[in-house]
Amino acid sequence: MTEMIIKNGFVFDPINGINGEKMDICIKNGKIVESVNEHKAKKIDATGLTVMPGAVDIHTHIAGGEVNTGRMVRPEDHIKDVVRKTAITRSGTGYSIPSTFVTGYRYSKMGYTTVMNPSMAPLGAKHTHEELNDIPLLDKATFPLIGDWWFVLEYLQKGDLTGCARHVAWMMETTKGYAIKIVNPGGLESWGFGNNVHSIDDVVPNFGITPREIMCGLAKVNKMLNLPHSIHLHTNNLGLPGNYVTTLETMKALESVPTDGKPVGHITHLQFSSFAGDSWGNMKSAAEEISKYINNHNHMTFDMGQVIFSDTTTMTADGPFEYVLYQLSGHKWVNSDVETETSGGIIPMHYKRTSAVNAIQWSIGLELALLIEDPWKMFMTTDHPNAGPFFAYPKIMAWLISNKARMATLKRCHKKGQKKSLLPSIKRELSLYELAVVTRAGQAKALGLKDKGHLGVGADGDVAIYNINPETLDIAKKYRTARRAFGNAAYTIKDGKVVVKDGEVVQHVDGKTMWVNVQTADPVKVDADMKLKFKKYWTVEYENYPVSDHYVKVSDQIHVKASV
Amino acid sequence: MIVLTPLKKFELPVQAESINPDVFQGKSVDEIASLTVWEGNKQKQLCDLFKIEETAVEAPSITINGDVSEVRRIGQGMKNGEIVINGNAGMHLGEKMAGGKITVNGNTSGWTGSSMKKGLIEIHGDASDYLASPYRGSTEGMRGGKIIVDGNVGSDSGCCLRGGVIKIKGNAGPFLGFNITDGTIHVEKNAGARLAANMTGGKIVVSGVVADIMPTFTVDGAKAKVKIDDTESAQGPFYVFLGDLAEKGNGKLFVSKASNPQLGPIYDKYL
Repeated sequence: MTEMIIKNGFVFDPINGINGEKMDICIKNGKIVESVNEHKAKKIDATGLTVMPGAVDIHTHIAGGEVNTGRMVRPEDHIKDVVRKTAITRSGTGYSIPSTFVTGYRYSKMGYTTVMNPSMAPLGAKHTHEELNDIPLLDKATFPLIGDWWFVLEYLQKGDLTGCARHVAWMMETTKGYAIKIVNPGGLESWGFGNNVHSIDDVVPNFGITPREIMCGLAKVNKMLNLPHSIHLHTNNLGLPGNYVTTLETMKALESVPTDGKPVGHITHLQFSSFAGDSWGNMKSAAEEISKYINNHNHMTFDMGQVIFSDTTTMTADGPFEYVLYQLSGHKWVNSDVETETSGGIIPMHYKRTSAVNAIQWSIGLELALLIEDPWKMFMTTDHPNAGPFFAYPKIMAWLISNKARMATLKRCHKKGQKKSLLPSIKRELSLYELAVVTRAGQAKALGLKDKGHLGVGADGDVAIYNINPETLDIAKKYRTARRAFGNAAYTIKDGKVVVKDGEVVQHVDGKTMWVNVQTADPVKVDADMKLKFKKYWTVEYENYPVSDHYVKVSDQIHVKASV
Repeated sequence: MIVLTPLKKFELPVQAESINPDVFQGKSVDEIASLTVWEGNKQKQLCDLFKIEETAVEAPSITINGDVSEVRRIGQGMKNGEIVINGNAGMHLGEKMAGGKITVNGNTSGWTGSSMKKGLIEIHGDASDYLASPYRGSTEGMRGGKIIVDGNVGSDSGCCLRGGVIKIKGNAGPFLGFNITDGTIHVEKNAGARLAANMTGGKIVVSGVVADIMPTFTVDGAKAKVKIDDTESAQGPFYVFLGDLAEKGNGKLFVSKASNPQLGPIYDKYL
């Protein structure tokens, strides 16, 4: 089979502690190996270039019901970004909600090889997998929304964690999912009745349990099942001024979950959960309070949800929050209640420099990323497309590595935003090594992906090579050059195949879909009672519900042995 | 100063955003002849489709003699100069234009002056649907400038208007001024159903008959005369309606009293 050697690059591989050493990387049969036959192997000369593991995105909405509805709602979003076909690539459209193929191409051009679709209503699992199948060049996984699922709420109400764990294991197999996603726990069930929960101790109607019990219960279930990722959490009160108190309470509540050294939870798009103040008029950053807590605790990981000033589309399972956004913007909107499972909402959003609130939000994301000292805790995302489209990542990288880049953007922001920003007081600039942590190594580690995010022997042959010479280029000063390099990878290598060269896709490769197959001692019984519930409360019969194996084009089953 | 004459009757849609005074500026006839246009899915040169001649300097920048109803995007984004079309024009004429003038001695197709920012479009014929309205889904409507239509306009005209003036001397179809936030629309004859739906600001004046008044509009009074722009005003008397209340709107809808006696029994008692 194919062999490849990447010669003489400056390698940044934080999981293996390699920081810019000049070395060769060998790939054989799609995996990193110690050495290859240099005469036979395809040589890639990476002299003067930066070599990193393929990048990993822990949170990006790229497939599923809400994404597709978003596409339908926004024809004006596509017409401004039409992508023509080439001899290799297929045509499509952008902008904030790119079509499946364009999603794959654009990620790959930035050196990404693995992405996580974090929000899938179990009822929409088949649709989600059909779209994931069509996204090329990337390995993918998807997280089913379980936090407001009736069966889970019933088990937690009874206090039957073992039963709940078995049920969640069944859900993972049924939906071909990868991790437990919880969105506004309890709030979505309340939203079915036009209400919301406003703290982690509010009672969920009809079930009599609280968001605290849902989060801690599922975090314990996650441990019992030994799932590779922790619970993936979108906090209560997201996007509302003063919500940082709820976020702190959430993190404190999860301290009670026993840990074996691994994180017990991942709070996603932390920027949206770090607002202080009590109204939009006096809304300000709570990055200091949040980062102080995070710097003193090690039980959780986070990602940024960095705002990009652009016209984008928000989409989340947090229906009540989307209703709040509708009231603020008056824009066209979609809202839904997905039967007994979750809810959903979509609304276009234009983040503007000239808006004080948006400028403060922009600042909060960066403040958090810079004030949280350990890069292994805080990862780079935009919560695509909620805070901005993913192909703006090079901009965020530039802001992270260069104070000059941040100041250049800050001085163009709304005066109030400038005044309230902590950024002028933060001089930290991430090194290439730290950048490799926040864009791949840290994300892979938090996701429990053993073969991703590093270049050690046995890892997947996913490599990104950027046109940056760390010896001659001062990335903090020449951030524009670095930004261009990160946006147009010199090479992206997927499973040992060159898929992108000089920022252009040169080969079509199908990515894998990863899902966990959890073996419990006693699997959940799909009995008459459960089927009756499907008959009574779902529009879909039980028999039509599971995602059968043939739905997943390139299946990568991860076997996990549960402790229950 | 260039004169274009179609060499044939176009069967397929032609995408011709290069027919634009700003593009032609400073180019020789040969250079203009080699500008690219698309006919259906084939890329062509302008000279494949048009006879191109140069004339006196005093003439308009571009004159098109003949039927170009299948030629789309003429004058798209133009900033200066003048286009005169002696015939019917195709879709997206003067889309997003930011200055200059377009005169059509004929009818135009959909999305004429879509999202325009500045300039003047005069249509001495009928305009089709979506006059001045933005692309589907977008709310970025016309921001400024003026459109004058001598004939009738189709449905969904002046949607999402944010500024500028639209003067329609004939009738208007349904959904005129949907979602407008600012600017002025004057219809000298009749207006179709769902007039001004979703309006939150701006001004719509109807001198003829209205098909209906949405229930989400409230009558606020009467006015003898309404200013259209700096040079002209419309003679009333008019009912003044405020709306669209479903959108907490504060737009003003002026409807002629004389042309709409059917409104008297409903609204006169509130005046």
